[in-house]
Amino acid sequence: MTTTTDVSIAIPDVAEKWGGGINEVTIGATADSGGSRGSTVTIGGSKAVPFMSFEGSLGCKPAIAVEVWDIAPDALPPQLSEAYGDSLNSPGAWAKKAVEFGAELICLRLMGAHPDVADKSPDDCAAAVKEVLQAVDVPLIIWGCDVDEKDNQILPAVSSAANGENCLIGTAKEKNYRTLVAVCLADGHKLLAESPLDINIAKQVNILCSDAGYPLENIVVFPTTGALGYGIEYVYSIQERGRLAGLSGDKQLSQPVLCNVGYEAWRVKEAKDPPFDCVTDENRDQWGVMWEASTGVVLLQSGVELLVMRHPKAIEYINEAIKRFLPDK
Amino acid sequence: MFVIGECINGTTPAVKEAIQNKDAEFFRDLTRRQEAAGASAIDVNVGPAVSDRKAGLLWLVEVVRSVTDLPLSIDTAKWDIMKEVVPQVPGEIVINSTKADPELVSDYVGLAVEHNARLIGLTIDADGVPSTTEKRVELGAQIVAMAMEGGLDIDRLYIDTIILPVNVSPKTPLVCLSAISQIRMFSDPSPHMVLGLSNVSQRCNNRGLINSTYLAMAMGHGLDAAIMDPLDTELMNTVITGDLLKEKMIYCDSYLEAARGS
Repeated sequence: MTTTTDVSIAIPDVAEKWGGGINEVTIGATADSGGSRGSTVTIGGSKAVPFMSFEGSLGCKPAIAVEVWDIAPDALPPQLSEAYGDSLNSPGAWAKKAVEFGAELICLRLMGAHPDVADKSPDDCAAAVKEVLQAVDVPLIIWGCDVDEKDNQILPAVSSAANGENCLIGTAKEKNYRTLVAVCLADGHKLLAESPLDINIAKQVNILCSDAGYPLENIVVFPTTGALGYGIEYVYSIQERGRLAGLSGDKQLSQPVLCNVGYEAWRVKEAKDPPFDCVTDENRDQWGVMWEASTGVVLLQSGVELLVMRHPKAIEYINEAIKRFLPDK
Repeated sequence: MFVIGECINGTTPAVKEAIQNKDAEFFRDLTRRQEAAGASAIDVNVGPAVSDRKAGLLWLVEVVRSVTDLPLSIDTAKWDIMKEVVPQVPGEIVINSTKADPELVSDYVGLAVEHNARLIGLTIDADGVPSTTEKRVELGAQIVAMAMEGGLDIDRLYIDTIILPVNVSPKTPLVCLSAISQIRMFSDPSPHMVLGLSNVSQRCNNRGLINSTYLAMAMGHGLDAAIMDPLDTELMNTVITGDLLKEKMIYCDSYLEAARGS
């Protein structure tokens, strides 16, 4: 004879309560608000750790920006140059191609301004910005050449060229933020604040920008990124600490985060020329794509809101991952 | 740290005089300054300034509430006054305070539950302030048990282990520290721990230094609230730095400023 007994066990509520949340930041301006974009992109807004919807609102869907340069890169891996073809020779054509590949925003990097690349003038940079603005109607991220002195010359010109377009412009750093704060305030742009994978400095840069008059609510944080296999666990843990602090109410760490996925992934030999026994001529070209996609998925899981990507196939994978993680968005 | 600003206290001569003169602007200013300095709540104590303490307290509450949304800590030892004033206080309330005698605790817990207030419970009973750690812990545990029984969320309970001036009661500072650790350890969930900090340095030299040193020691033992002077910048720096060292915030070079800005 068998008997059954009803056993009901209360399942403990493990949901954390969060007192804070991540700011929502909108990039781009349509004609209604003084710009010329066909759409805007809003990121952030989460009130819970990534994808734990039972703890609170997850905010906006993560967004994908695609990287475009103002100058044709001379050493792009063949998988990328094949994907983009001749469009690489003009920022406008490159941007159009990127939008075809699924870019919700264009991330225009002004690498041509770098003194060791082509040392382009502020006017040249402004022209590149205008070309991209005319070629596509998605919102724009504009990124200097990472040489402080040169950025301080070109960013005022490019900011002014995109006046009213509500771009995201970077980057402000601990030792170089005043110029960017001033031009973003003057021309109505959002500001990208950079720190060298250091949560203390990330917070400090935000405070410095805020003290200089820039609203904390309009900042997006770029904490620097490393590719899969190159310290991504460290990127993850920095992101985790910052995110938990922001969700707990730290206003100086409540900013949405951007990561430079494509740039980092395609720098490493595993992507460009994989040194593994299992690599064959048939699958060689897949490694870079998978390296970029895997890097992106890890960063998505850490709560990053804005991914800057490169390869169309990797963009597809990330879009699928977002759909899988957030079926309702 | 939950900092209860102590500046509105009718036992200090300037405050007493302002109460007697019904100088509302004096209290509005003192409230604003305490809030700007980082107070989490404002203590309101009418003291012996006026003969009708209930009316005096209600007047003070109205003036202070007109310029802040912070919780108001209604500070009187008299149950008769407390039970009549608390229902008339708009916004968040801290009931400051009950002693540990069971019949008192039961009334105060009921009042706190009814008005969704925070409650401070003192480890004092009819025999006065205990001299030992053990007695403090026993009285603390008694308050915690009665609060739970009465339906008060333990997150709204603050136990005060009663600090006495170091010049007259040299053993009390250490006794209080062990009591704070033990009450924290024995209760789950554990109540908040609070002290009337300035009492440790009554009639001493180097008051600010004694206050901030003891505050740091007590924070290390689990103190997470204090009735103290938020206008003492160095003391507030100790509060912020203590929170930093207890991993309540993330460091940055401007962490003092960051804590004040958020």
